[in-house]
Amino acid sequence: MQNKVIASFAEAVADIADGSSILLGGFGPGTPHNLIGALCAQGAKDLHLISNTVGGAGLQDMPQLKSGMTLVEEGRVRKVTCCFSAPASPSRSHALQEQDEAGEIEVELIPQGTLAERIRAGGAGIPAFYTPAAVGTVLGEGRETRFFDGREYLLEEAIFADYAFVRAWRADEFGNLVFRRAQRNFNPLMATAARCTIVEAEEIVPVGTIDPDHIHTSGIFVSRTVLIGPDDILHVRRISR
Amino acid sequence: MTNDKPRLTRDLMAARLAAEFKPGWLVNLGVGMPTMCSDFIPAGQGIVLHSENGLIGYGRGATVEEAGPYVVNAGVMPVLLEPYAAVLHHADAFAVIRSGRLSVGVLGAYEVAVNGDFANWRTAGRKGGGIGGAMDIAACAQRIFLLMEHQTRDGSPRLLERCTLALTAPGVVKLVMTDLGLFEPAGDHFIVRELTPGWSIDEVQAVTSAKLVATSDMHEVG
Repeated sequence: MQNKVIASFAEAVADIADGSSILLGGFGPGTPHNLIGALCAQGAKDLHLISNTVGGAGLQDMPQLKSGMTLVEEGRVRKVTCCFSAPASPSRSHALQEQDEAGEIEVELIPQGTLAERIRAGGAGIPAFYTPAAVGTVLGEGRETRFFDGREYLLEEAIFADYAFVRAWRADEFGNLVFRRAQRNFNPLMATAARCTIVEAEEIVPVGTIDPDHIHTSGIFVSRTVLIGPDDILHVRRISR
Repeated sequence: MTNDKPRLTRDLMAARLAAEFKPGWLVNLGVGMPTMCSDFIPAGQGIVLHSENGLIGYGRGATVEEAGPYVVNAGVMPVLLEPYAAVLHHADAFAVIRSGRLSVGVLGAYEVAVNGDFANWRTAGRKGGGIGGAMDIAACAQRIFLLMEHQTRDGSPRLLERCTLALTAPGVVKLVMTDLGLFEPAGDHFIVRELTPGWSIDEVQAVTSAKLVATSDMHEVG
């Protein structure tokens, strides 16, 4: 059995080359903040980031917290595939929207279910699928469509990336993963849809510790696992109502 | 056109719309005001809340101390789980949506039109936007309810003859709750079911660009 545990986040992202495509997990909880931080420090550029959103909540009160938006701000991102590329208020703006409006970055803005399914398809060896989401909107204009039982669907292609950054609750040494509650979100999908999946985990246990029936992601999908240490980012505080 | 009479609070709007949920419904609450409905779900009626991030069976909003760091709704705000809750991954959460299992999707909106079109992801004059799960939900839920302000901050109407912003989905809206009442898109006008206390239909018409028609039993919100 191969031991996937890597000593540091810096080591885990060291080989990421300029031009790489990277899936970033998370929907609030489940965001691999430490891997993203290590990538920011590593220096790779010309990146294609694929994530629900490249920005993170709560950045103001955690200056050490980096996000995909940090990489965008530093001009190191060539393309973003995401579901949120602009703030909800027209009076606010951020680096991604500004670069998009200036034509300095490629933004592929897509529905969230389409993003999730394109990643799932990529991990499942399915090149494309049809979905009704975005039919009748500007996102559907000029696209390949097909009618099934009288309803129109858009053709959407699978996503498979060079790397996936995944946040797990528990991992074992082989890279078997367990997610906690809503931390799961995109993470198990992304783990299957990259050439190299890198995981940050709150706990790493010996193999045999986790009941095989309770594993969400098999270690065969995981290349590297790093333990979140006491000086790393464990949680970003959420604002309650 | 402005009118400084009191309007419904966000809590009252969320509570009134939640009263429209029927026993046994599977309900998705979108980012923003719609997530507030989770505090007003009628008890004991088998209404189940679904969230894009994979929670099935969540409940009211909570503090981080109560909910822990791992349980959040579509707006990434802490919520409690009901005893029957389950957690799916994102693709399965959207499989639930796409397969038509949602009884209703409740979404926020910038604009809604008499023909049931609505727009909620791109603001005027800007590139990009925030789609989130709204297009999947709008295309696939059995019905769409909107929970939105009746006017923009500068007083422009949001209930229109035709949407001016990029659509989220065409022709899907069944019910619109605003701070001025409860409305139904009806092809070439909005039906007014309920009005905010203190407001007449003429006063609401004055801040609405589409035609309003009262139902025979139109009454105050409540």
